Amino acid sequence: MDWKYVKKHLKKKTVPRILLMVMCLFYLLPLYWMVATSFKGSEELSSFPPTLWPHKFIWQNYRDAVEYIPFLKYFINSLIIALGVTAGSVLSNSFIAYGFSRIQWKGREVLFLIAIATMFIPFPVTLVALFDIFAKIGWINTYLPLIVPSFLGQALYLFMIRQFLMSLPKDLSSAAIIDGASEFTVFLKIMLPLMKPVLAVVAIFSGVNAWNDFLTPLIYLQTEDLYPLSIGLQFFRAEHNVAFSQLMAASTLAIVPVVILFLLFQRFFVEGITVGAVKG
Amino acid sequence: MTKTEKRNLRNGLIFVSPWIVGFLCLQVYPILYSLRLSFTRYSGFGKPVSVGLENFRTLIQDPLFTKSLYNTFFYTVWAVPLGVVVAILIALAMNQRVREVAVYRAILYLPSILPLFALSFVWIVFSNPRFGLLNYILQGLGLPIIDFIGNPVWTKPSIVLLAQLGAGGPALIFLAGLRGIPRELYESAEIDGAGAMRSFWSITLPMLTPVILYDIILGLSMGLQVFTQAYIITSGGVNMAGPNNSLLFYVFYIYKNAFQYTRMGYASALVWVLFVISMILALSVFKWARSWVHYGNE
Repeated sequence: MDWKYVKKHLKKKTVPRILLMVMCLFYLLPLYWMVATSFKGSEELSSFPPTLWPHKFIWQNYRDAVEYIPFLKYFINSLIIALGVTAGSVLSNSFIAYGFSRIQWKGREVLFLIAIATMFIPFPVTLVALFDIFAKIGWINTYLPLIVPSFLGQALYLFMIRQFLMSLPKDLSSAAIIDGASEFTVFLKIMLPLMKPVLAVVAIFSGVNAWNDFLTPLIYLQTEDLYPLSIGLQFFRAEHNVAFSQLMAASTLAIVPVVILFLLFQRFFVEGITVGAVKG
Repeated sequence: MTKTEKRNLRNGLIFVSPWIVGFLCLQVYPILYSLRLSFTRYSGFGKPVSVGLENFRTLIQDPLFTKSLYNTFFYTVWAVPLGVVVAILIALAMNQRVREVAVYRAILYLPSILPLFALSFVWIVFSNPRFGLLNYILQGLGLPIIDFIGNPVWTKPSIVLLAQLGAGGPALIFLAGLRGIPRELYESAEIDGAGAMRSFWSITLPMLTPVILYDIILGLSMGLQVFTQAYIITSGGVNMAGPNNSLLFYVFYIYKNAFQYTRMGYASALVWVLFVISMILALSVFKWARSWVHYGNE
């Protein structure tokens, strides 16, 4: 055997492989522990040292988890909010980004710069005042403060879609405009279909972010039957004397939709995140 | 202005009008409104009562304000640099040319999009001294058992550690950055006899500096906003936010004042301090970045 070849293979393939596996192990351990704990019975959970693999799989934990708290209701609420935010983000950001990229008008660049600059304002800065404003117009304890803002555009998504639209050739739309089509027709009939890939990215990111959101629903929602999962799970601990196995079962169930979405649309996640990387 | 220019201006404004409405109603007005509230005593009901600078005077003497500021800075100072290093390490690993690298990439990235509220619950269980895996491993390595969420010395480091689960997101951006480095640079370095370490320090790292800047800005902004983990780990922190208030982060303190103590005026004063601090930080980072960020001239 060629020793030099073996050495090269070891250096280029085997060592990186081992390093990657060790890293992945680190990142999987907490998730593994979540699932493992979710199956443990209360006796097994209290034994020390902890068992690495559940001795007996208590599926009942999952049943308890969804029955202790109105899990299904919370789940559906989360879904409603996420779908609302997704619809709002896709509609508004595609529309606004069109104005920021395909039409040439005075003041456009300045306004867009301002839009980008708002990304640096931490969201909690507006929190207290927004609560008071929404309280005055009677929006507290409704989904309106959670969903309506997504219909007014978000800087990050505007940036992503604009990048995409700027890369499309100009004469795609100018011919139609000369033929007398209105800007709105061009947007709807020509551009919107072309935007599909970037809108998929926006849809996925806004949906997942809404699903994961904690602070906004915590503040605006006050009755239990409106709670999404993020707030509902919190109850679990307070009311049921920390049933850790069931809590882990519920957490697993809250994570699963995101994992499924990720497995289905992996490509879009990767594209979305790298579009954010501005050069210069 | 020609007819076309006029029409374009009108159309452009129509298309961006939802954003203009959002900008004015959801950002400009609330920020100004909270400035006004910061000079008042206000419970959220009735009319705000003007109190001049009282809130700001209270704030300077408020030990919890100082504490929450300290906690937030502690978290940010550790989480941001560590986050950059971990993200670069992951990106370097993701960039290896092994056949099944896509699988590793997916595994390393996935935790960064999972809901933080669920991960916080997982962290409570994972780091538990009795039935957590983390302490079991530490023990196996001959290290002492650490109560990560019960010992005030360890609560913040434990949240810094938890944040590293999200490093896969920034790592993907670094990966894109790594891919963008021209191969010739490495080739000519190799001809000049530079080893792998030397190439990393004098080519890879300088070429990644724009992404590092982006990651620092993003990390700072997230660091100043840290809330969910602390809220969940301390069960809402109604009495104290963690042992010895060690998890009372700045936004947590704003939240408590506004929504637990209904001191909206005081909370608004806190908000304004946060606004000013984050603007100063963002500007100074950009200024500081001029001395070390390398912009390629391609």
